[in-house]
Amino acid sequence: MRFTPDHEYVNVSGDVATIGISDHAQRQLGDVVYVELPEIGTKFDKGAAAAVVESVKAASDVFSPVGGEVVAVNDAVTSETSLINDDAQGRGWLFKLKLSDPGEVEALMDAETYADFLKTLD
Amino acid sequence: MRYLPLNEADRQGMLQKIGVADIDALFAAIPAARRFDGLLELPLAASEMAVERQLGSMAARNLTAGAAPFFLGAGAYRHHVPASVDHLIQRSEFLTSYTPYQPEISQGTLQVLFEFQTQVAELTGMDVANASMYDGSTACGEAMLMAHRLTRRNKAVLSGGLHPQYADVAETLAHMAGDEVVRLAPDPLGVEDFSAAIDSSTSCVIVQSPDFFGNPRDLSAIAEVAHKRGALLIAVFTEVVSLGALRSPGEMGADIVVGEGQSIGNALSFGGPYVGLFATRLKNVRQMPGRVAGETVDAEGRRGFVLTLSTREQHIRREKATSNICTNSGLCALAFSIHMTLLGGAGLQRLARVNHANAVDLAGRFSAIPGVEVLNAHFFNEFTIRTPRPAAELVEALARRGIIGGLPVSRLLPGAGLDDLLVVASTEVNTAEDRAGYAEGLRGCV
Repeated sequence: MRFTPDHEYVNVSGDVATIGISDHAQRQLGDVVYVELPEIGTKFDKGAAAAVVESVKAASDVFSPVGGEVVAVNDAVTSETSLINDDAQGRGWLFKLKLSDPGEVEALMDAETYADFLKTLD
Repeated sequence: MRYLPLNEADRQGMLQKIGVADIDALFAAIPAARRFDGLLELPLAASEMAVERQLGSMAARNLTAGAAPFFLGAGAYRHHVPASVDHLIQRSEFLTSYTPYQPEISQGTLQVLFEFQTQVAELTGMDVANASMYDGSTACGEAMLMAHRLTRRNKAVLSGGLHPQYADVAETLAHMAGDEVVRLAPDPLGVEDFSAAIDSSTSCVIVQSPDFFGNPRDLSAIAEVAHKRGALLIAVFTEVVSLGALRSPGEMGADIVVGEGQSIGNALSFGGPYVGLFATRLKNVRQMPGRVAGETVDAEGRRGFVLTLSTREQHIRREKATSNICTNSGLCALAFSIHMTLLGGAGLQRLARVNHANAVDLAGRFSAIPGVEVLNAHFFNEFTIRTPRPAAELVEALARRGIIGGLPVSRLLPGAGLDDLLVVASTEVNTAEDRAGYAEGLRGCV
């Protein structure tokens, strides 16, 4: 699993990346009350605003950590937004992309680097 | 003490910074023909009394709404507003700062907005309403943008019965956003067919009922055509009193209902400020623009009111907000809410019946005039007549007889070949004597 400084994560399996917000991000947001997911078939460049996660405190854009085409979205989180708070990096995933450039994943932080990065934020 | 923060050196510095020679250069984008050249012919100074005297004599040349039998509608309607409305809106419970973000000091305002929203939702037959918008036309434009967000499409189809100024506002917004607008031909008889205009890129159909020419529309049929192709129906009204007599747009399948609320609680005031009403179905609420007041309980379980769903708004969501018009017409909405409360449901229905009866009476008198034809098969308090001479001339001739006769369609739709059409409204303020006088005047003018 790889992470961005904006607290998205990417989990790659073959040429498909599963994307969501990190556990740290869900904790910062608080109770998530609404999620807006992209449409299947949409193409995103790396860094494009792809989804919206809204909590009782704020509405935040989720930026696509890598480029690709949306091949699946997690409809379960739109009806049950607490999945994101309960299991952000598991059942709380948001959408899956077919990678346009698998090399982009390598440039992201691994779990250890991300953990160090989080320490610098406090 | 005068507060003039800038001196000449500051101005020069600012102009230099942005690379412009002088202040006139900032107006270069405005075509020369539209610019006023030179100085206004005003005296440098005059006493307060002299100014009052002069302006008073200029104002006396107006034929104002209250000074003559008044039959003008077309988006703004003269109604009786009880004196108690003006008294109640000035109560201190309703005084608050510009935006009631702090519930602990704004309960009066928040409660009245909550009640206002409830009234709008009930009137329109929808689940939720916002705390109001600037006016009917901007509410209509915002509804179009909301439909684009909901459907992820960007083409709006505008009925030929939509108020031309509402259509202009929608077109302006669409132009700035690069969206598409299809404006159907003016439709005085209310018989247009939408099926050819709606395709798979259409986000919404915007239909006014009663329309600009006064025809109530069967929105159910239009909703069906729109929904079949994945488009939304935006229902518009300019005369909110009509909702006391007609089936609500919500019942007829509208997805978003917007309109002008001026008729209730608010005077004509030369065109504003007015109050835009905006309502939709619950499933669309997160894409609804504007502020929403919600009911909740405080830490001790007592009923209270707060702004809710405000993460959609620009103070939190910045440039991704559902709208950058998150303000509302608070005072006008308050007046609306108080007047509507005074009327109650039965009172509104009675008011609507009186309006309709007055208009039916007037149309009957017109039908008896040779050369004058009432176009509408059905109408509420407003209808369109065909006149044997250009309606614009006729209105001038009527004004010389002390009658404000209505709106010549050519005023808002010049060059559409509708010069012989006159839109006429008759509300509860018009007496039988007024109507008889109008019919007689019209007979003399045609």
